[in-house]
Amino acid sequence: MSTIQDSRPVGVLALQGDFELHEQALDRQGTPHVRVRRPGELDAVRALIIPGGESTTMTRLIDRVGLRQPILDFAESGRTILGTCAGLIMLAREVEEDNGKHGVEPLGLLDVVVRRNGFGRQVDSFIDLVELGDGTTAQGVFIRAPRILATGDGVEVVARWNEEIVGVRQGNVVGLTFHPEAGPGSLTMWGV
Amino acid sequence: MHTPWTDETIQERMKLKVGLAEMLKGGCIMDVTNAAQAKIAEEAGAVAVMALERIPADIRKDGGIARMSQPKMIKEIQDTVSIPVMAKCRIGHFAEAQILEALGVDFIDESEVLTPADEKNHVDKWPFKVPFVCGCRNLGEALRRIGEGAAMIRTKGEAGSGNIVEAVRHMRQVQEEIRRLTVLRPDELMAEAKNLGAPYHIVLEVARLGKLPVPNFAAGGVATPADASLMMQLGAETVFVGSGIFKSNDPKPRAEAIVQAVTYYDDPAKLLEISMDLGEAMEGIDVASLPEDQKMASRGW
Repeated sequence: MSTIQDSRPVGVLALQGDFELHEQALDRQGTPHVRVRRPGELDAVRALIIPGGESTTMTRLIDRVGLRQPILDFAESGRTILGTCAGLIMLAREVEEDNGKHGVEPLGLLDVVVRRNGFGRQVDSFIDLVELGDGTTAQGVFIRAPRILATGDGVEVVARWNEEIVGVRQGNVVGLTFHPEAGPGSLTMWGV
Repeated sequence: MHTPWTDETIQERMKLKVGLAEMLKGGCIMDVTNAAQAKIAEEAGAVAVMALERIPADIRKDGGIARMSQPKMIKEIQDTVSIPVMAKCRIGHFAEAQILEALGVDFIDESEVLTPADEKNHVDKWPFKVPFVCGCRNLGEALRRIGEGAAMIRTKGEAGSGNIVEAVRHMRQVQEEIRRLTVLRPDELMAEAKNLGAPYHIVLEVARLGKLPVPNFAAGGVATPADASLMMQLGAETVFVGSGIFKSNDPKPRAEAIVQAVTYYDDPAKLLEISMDLGEAMEGIDVASLPEDQKMASRGW
């Protein structure tokens, strides 16, 4: 990996979901960004955000437009990938579906097992403090959030809520069950 | 005594409600009348389904009073899909809304497609944990609904018509009135709030943001990928497709095509590719030929 500062913008996967909230968070911290909707657009970015949204929708679009292998290659290149909520589901090794099979084929870039809608329905969504790996706390916005059921050996815990693991890192790939982009803070601590 | 704007619990709840609406952006929300259709919608890539007993085209045809759907039928759909499930209550019928909240639906559409229960008042949406979407024909109507606590606004269009003309009219009207607010002087905004019949503090917010403070979706007459693209290019952030999918002669490919059309709405080559081999769209209605009392858009105010 090059030690020269990578001047390329951060890419926000804009197939579906709250990509605009991520763009607003990047604007607040002064980070240049572009939308990624096509395979070729991945070359022009130094990091990729996979936003919240619906993982069934994202999985269909990723496969219909041929983005699966390019995203895997992107991860292989060592560049940062941040997945929030549905983005984490897309990054997981295994997805436990909440009722029956819904055909989410995750990318398998994080050695975790997640359950979709792990806290229940929208009326069960909540906001609470999460503890970050460096001992600080941040606002955690959980919207129909997934739950992390199991983590592999190579996975580092980067956020907890009431002891429960809500954020993980494996090398250059980070996944969070909550929405840091919906809080007041910056995304820089997650590598973007 | 707090107002909804100074009550911290209500404001925190509002953040979660608008948050879910944000998650639905760039997507397609499909009307479904049973679990099998819901499954097709989910497989096609819908971001949410709207569970209702009759799609608007049939409500229009059958006549009679259209009410909230049977909870059992909504429950079957909730048990079948993992994407958000929405359901409709009648305008002003807060008891139907309370039942839908108890059922755990993810979004309530206080909808003109059903027969209004109150000709004067809409539901006070602030006390609910479940978010609401409401229809509008112009900015004043949108801001009154936001003032009542709606977390998402959609055009009314003319549901069940298969005709995009009313949705276009309503979206253009809202966008034009928003643009106007952004160029008025601060001392002109109170008079404009009066003209619009809209809460002053929300008028100020829209003038500052240049957009609605909640997501703005399109609904009412979307039948083709081109319709979806048109509404997105006019400023919609997601589209509802009611009768357009399951009244067409081959729902699955049409549903898949509209999902892609929303993502690639500004890419004509891609739209051309996904519009190939779609079969017949639903048969439409010339809205101009509809008698005034059969227009759903004029329900609510």
